[in-house]
Amino acid sequence: MTTEEIRSGLAEILEEVAGVLPEDATLDKTFTDDLDVDSLSMVEIATAVEDKFGVVIPDDELANIKTVGDAVSFIETNQS
Amino acid sequence: MLADVVITGVGATTPLGGDVVSSWAGLLAGRSGIVRIGADWDPDLPARIAAFCPVDPAEHLERVAMRRLDRSQQLALIATREAWAHAGRPAVDPVRLAVVVGTGVGGAKTLLEQDDIQEAEGFRKVSPHVVPMLMPNGPAAAVGLEVGAEAGVHTVVSACASGAEALGLGMDLIRAGRADVVVAGGTESCIHPLPLAGFAKMRALSTRNDEPAAASRPFDKGRDGFVLGEGCGMLVLERGDFARARGAEVLGVLAGAGVSADNYDMVQPRPDGAGGARAITLALRDAGLDKADIGHINAHATSTPVGDKAEAAAIRSAIGDHPLVTATKSMTGHLLGAAGAVECIFTLWALREQLVPAVRNLDDPDDDEDVQALNLVRYEPRPARFSAAVTDSFGFGGHNVALVLTRS
Repeated sequence: MTTEEIRSGLAEILEEVAGVLPEDATLDKTFTDDLDVDSLSMVEIATAVEDKFGVVIPDDELANIKTVGDAVSFIETNQS
Repeated sequence: MLADVVITGVGATTPLGGDVVSSWAGLLAGRSGIVRIGADWDPDLPARIAAFCPVDPAEHLERVAMRRLDRSQQLALIATREAWAHAGRPAVDPVRLAVVVGTGVGGAKTLLEQDDIQEAEGFRKVSPHVVPMLMPNGPAAAVGLEVGAEAGVHTVVSACASGAEALGLGMDLIRAGRADVVVAGGTESCIHPLPLAGFAKMRALSTRNDEPAAASRPFDKGRDGFVLGEGCGMLVLERGDFARARGAEVLGVLAGAGVSADNYDMVQPRPDGAGGARAITLALRDAGLDKADIGHINAHATSTPVGDKAEAAAIRSAIGDHPLVTATKSMTGHLLGAAGAVECIFTLWALREQLVPAVRNLDDPDDDEDVQALNLVRYEPRPARFSAAVTDSFGFGGHNVALVLTRS
């Protein structure tokens, strides 16, 4: 998958779970401050990402994912 | 001198319609909101009918809110938006704005559905929103966030008296000087095989499955139990001078409330209705009214054999035979913790329009002496002149609540 394919797949999840407009989900955006995603929604998003991209996100890794770009890199690195 | 507490906005979503106007029109037309449950629901359930809200909350709420709120909370939000807009969105200091929402079981559907998910798919599929969705104070919290209330967000849990008791508490908060405006009401949504099984095990539900629209028949000889319903009613209460100062339209006055406990049995009402009668008498005294002043009663009347008789006795001993009595659960089914609030709105509308909806399915009133003596409105809505009305609510646990409304 290309970086853009991953970003766009993640954007679909963000729209479904947290109501984030797809065009707002750019790599530089932070989940909490820029996109207003709360901590419970982050947990939902993580589960949806695991299902969609076939990765496992341990809780301590989730804490390090601050931006859309962080999430995309994590998926790129860990996708089998 | 206690502050007067006025009603400036109402909102409801009920089995008869998605707002107050359509629900009231349904009552006047004598429509039933009762339908059959899905054929795939536990085939052994003896009661196969219920009263669902026909308007899907998803038509009104954002997708994210739908994911995060239990259905009882979704209904509360919809009714709150209607009531708040109706009141003209009062510009009140948030620290003077409170919320009281009654519910019988809170987010029971979420609890049951998420348990199914955990059993089938395990921990990782359980929603992180499950706790705020199932907690009984969730609806009050959701309403508080919607209107921005900071004077306290309260929950009353007294089974089928919850909605009425919430309104009584809302009135008390204003009288005690703790709030200028209170959004108060009741919400319930637990139409699911387990509550249906529980009530059916108690032999509390009608099993007139082949005639859903005829199943809820308060005070009728052929009644055989209540019909489980869902819905929400919300009211905006204000201190009278606050409402007048901002030029709000006053719809009516919440003039008094009375609360008592039966001290008799966990679920059976006292057959002589003494507890209910005491709540009504206390409410009249609280309102400073005499029994002769009451022209209309919206009865709790769930259509159970024992409950309706006890209530007839309570009404007769506390008020007498003169008021026009209706029983709107004959059309809406029993909205449990929402019933008292929805019926308070119906009572207010009857007072405003000077028109009492008829009891549906009352073909053959019970031979019981007290039922026979009641001035029950049958067949057609009855126009009448009256300036005060009562609505009463009773709940498992022996809770009795009566509210008195007067014209503005």
